[in-house]
Amino acid sequence: MFKRLHDTPTVTIKVNGQTVRARSGDTVAAALLAAGIDHCRTTPVTGAPRAPYCLMGVCFDCLVTIDGIGNRQGCLVPVREGMEVATQVGKREAGR
Amino acid sequence: MIAAADLSPAYDLIVIGGGPAGLAAASLAARAGLSTVLFDENPGVGGQIYRGITSTPVKNGTVLGEDYWAGAALASEAKASGASIVNGATVWTLDPSLAVGISIAGKARLVQAGRVIIATGALERPFPIPGWTLPGVMTAGAAQTTLKAQGLVPSGRTVLAGCGPLLWLLAAQLLRAGVKIEAMLETSSRRNWLRALPHLPDFLLSPYWRKGLGLMREVKAAVPVIPVQKLAATGAGKLKEVVYVSGGSERRLLADLLLLHHGVVPNVNLAMAAGAAHRWNERQLCFVPELDDDFGSSVPGIAIAGDGAGIAGGTAAAERGRIAAIAAVRALKPEASVPAPQVVRQKLAREEMGRAFLDVIYRPSDSFRRPEGDTIVCRCEEVTAQQVRATADMGCEGPNQMKAFLRSGMGPCQGRLCGLTVTELIAEQRRVSPAEVGYYRLRPPVKPITLAELASLPIGEAERKAVER
Amino acid sequence: MAASEYDVVVVGGGLVGAATAWGLAREGCRVALLDEGDRAVRASRGNFALVWVQSKGLGLAAYAGWTIRSSEAWAGFAGLLKDETGLDVCFQRPGGFHLALSEKELEARANVLKRLHNQPGIVDYKTEILDHSQVAKMLPDIGPEVVGASYCSLDGHVNSLRLFRTLHQAIHARGVAYLPSHRVDDIRREGGTFRLFTPQGEVRAGRVALAAGNANMRLAPMVGLEAPMKPERGQIVVTERLRPFLNYPVVTLRQTDEGTVMIGDSKEEGTDPARLTLGVAATEAERAVRQFPLLANVNVVRTWSAIRVMTGDGFPIYDESETHPGAFVLCCHSGVTLAANHALTVAPMIARGALDKSLVAPFSARRFHVQEAA
Repeated sequence: MFKRLHDTPTVTIKVNGQTVRARSGDTVAAALLAAGIDHCRTTPVTGAPRAPYCLMGVCFDCLVTIDGIGNRQGCLVPVREGMEVATQVGKREAGR
Repeated sequence: MIAAADLSPAYDLIVIGGGPAGLAAASLAARAGLSTVLFDENPGVGGQIYRGITSTPVKNGTVLGEDYWAGAALASEAKASGASIVNGATVWTLDPSLAVGISIAGKARLVQAGRVIIATGALERPFPIPGWTLPGVMTAGAAQTTLKAQGLVPSGRTVLAGCGPLLWLLAAQLLRAGVKIEAMLETSSRRNWLRALPHLPDFLLSPYWRKGLGLMREVKAAVPVIPVQKLAATGAGKLKEVVYVSGGSERRLLADLLLLHHGVVPNVNLAMAAGAAHRWNERQLCFVPELDDDFGSSVPGIAIAGDGAGIAGGTAAAERGRIAAIAAVRALKPEASVPAPQVVRQKLAREEMGRAFLDVIYRPSDSFRRPEGDTIVCRCEEVTAQQVRATADMGCEGPNQMKAFLRSGMGPCQGRLCGLTVTELIAEQRRVSPAEVGYYRLRPPVKPITLAELASLPIGEAERKAVER
Repeated sequence: MAASEYDVVVVGGGLVGAATAWGLAREGCRVALLDEGDRAVRASRGNFALVWVQSKGLGLAAYAGWTIRSSEAWAGFAGLLKDETGLDVCFQRPGGFHLALSEKELEARANVLKRLHNQPGIVDYKTEILDHSQVAKMLPDIGPEVVGASYCSLDGHVNSLRLFRTLHQAIHARGVAYLPSHRVDDIRREGGTFRLFTPQGEVRAGRVALAAGNANMRLAPMVGLEAPMKPERGQIVVTERLRPFLNYPVVTLRQTDEGTVMIGDSKEEGTDPARLTLGVAATEAERAVRQFPLLANVNVVRTWSAIRVMTGDGFPIYDESETHPGAFVLCCHSGVTLAANHALTVAPMIARGALDKSLVAPFSARRFHVQEAA
């Protein structure tokens, strides 16, 4: 869906265990979009797939698990070297 | 990066939001000698309009345009002003006693303010069409945000739909960045032109019209602009086609990305949760706070500047921030020197001129604001238009009872993406004005915090006894 | 005078009023349900959704029996509602816990239960005191600070907002005239007909049932009844939806069928439902994390405060008027627990025109005068 105007990835993160190259200054949501990941979670209500929608912190559709903590807003969290991101399935598990 | 523990227990002025209003307010107040902190939840300042202004990888100045780069001065002034600017800081509560609840990197804290300026700006109006929850459908603002902040541009078949100045601006920016746009589907009704005519003289005196015409010419030269009366996104699990009705016939466009936009509306959640009175604005089709000449709200000590005070755009937002800051300085440090408010007010008046014309000409049609059938209204709880309409017909008179019955507005977005739609649907079923229907009652936390963060807050003896019995 | 349009007008569209209106409609009555508007002070939008037995009745033994009667009727009640509306209110009765975070709390709990069950005339039901390891067998996620709990197998819970919606859908389907924004200003009885005056006009009926929560205090004297009320503010904290982790309701913490966790049970003076006391929410959160440490990094998405419907002594009031025959009053704190009784036991009494003293005599408001005399 998206590509980089300036191809300067400098940070490496893991998404569902796979290595993804990102740029310092990316948010997690932007890194997922640039990597071509087509959805970041399925909903806890009907299981429908969702992807980032607003990228400004209001829609909560870009919720992902970041470093083991679920339901974080990917569009508000900057990527960091070694960060582990996981897409989500339905409801979050307590304690994760 | 500033941690929650590094904050002072109290500041003269707390500014919430780092867009033009917040940056201008914090600069002015700090330079006048108020201890000032600005909290912003994004990784960098600029708000949405100047998103990524200090860090954007888009160095070719023409892509984003000169209006964008005007934000750089605001950001550097704020940095030099002595105000503490804290990014990655989410304000989740604001009490009428002016205690501000902040969350930074998973740690919550209460900080006391002498005055508060809410500058949380706007968000895009809900655009509830069939299929708007599919991956591949985003807001136009989202595409603009990631262009500014990360230098990302759409790579597949891209369709823009809706109406409003931002849609034209985004189209032009994407074209300048080398993006091919398959089509721009224009939803505004031709009849709006007639209603907008009385506002035309003011508009012609404003800076908007020359810029606007230039953008439209630029876009129309490269993109088919198609007037549409109906719109849907379809696909299994992700967007495949955009279906639209133009001039009575249905057409389909293969698409990888559909960018929606129907103007922006004030982001009311924090202000309403703080208890600030709001009223329905029929011209802008949204709730706006009731404010005095200094942008002071109904809650003493809390001002609301920027687009959160009613939509007027980025340059007006900065002037509004300055007016609110001058009032804060006068209240807390009357001896300090501040710019003459009447000069700022004159600038603001010039910036606000022409807004009425834009509001009327780009008023989204009823059919795009008041969906029917299985179209999802509440994205979080997946509540449909039909459910809301049927429940209203059962006698459910307002959004709060609707929330109890259907869970609309109960998810993590707390009604930001369904509130106006639910109000308008109920109004339509009851045949009354949205003003009479009202809005969700909002309460803290206006953004989620963890139970551990909530548990870490100070607890008084009486408060503990209210629970431990 | 015009004939009454309705057999019974019920005042109050919350859980007590809606359950009563539904019960009356089932009896074949023509019913109007008068309600306030969207911003009404409404306990039914703020309750904790327990169908709860343990510890009910200390100070009025008959209340324990009345509560158990409703608890026993609840499954059938939920089934009837499902048949009529297709909606499942998710009633479950797995038994419920009251967790103690210190030996002192556990001892206090045991004392309450001992005093309760030692009362003369109390119905015999079992509430056990369990230690940490016994509790952990049923609630494996409890934290080390949980020293024990009381457990009663009769306790359960329900989705109370869905119950609220389901009752409204059911009365709508049964042709009850639901009249929102009809706040009652005055009630008069003339020639055997009750005339209720509202800003939207007058509504007439042969009988009137007041089920307006704390507002019964204002309304009851209009028909020769009394409802001494002592409203209380309560706050609740709600989390995001989680996968099921908790199979039993705890009196201060439960997981809904949707997955959210409700945390609550504060009591403060006050009648402003718009106010939120942050320190109270913090205390609730702190105790919840001590009870279930795995909740520490779960997100809170909402809080709310609501005003409890509380009578002067905390027990229900069911009364009929001597001076205004055909006027009834229903007040209670436990609109969820007692919903089955209101729909299936009290409503038929009102339909017949007289309360069955053998069941509800202990709940007359006359008890307040007996206490004064004593």
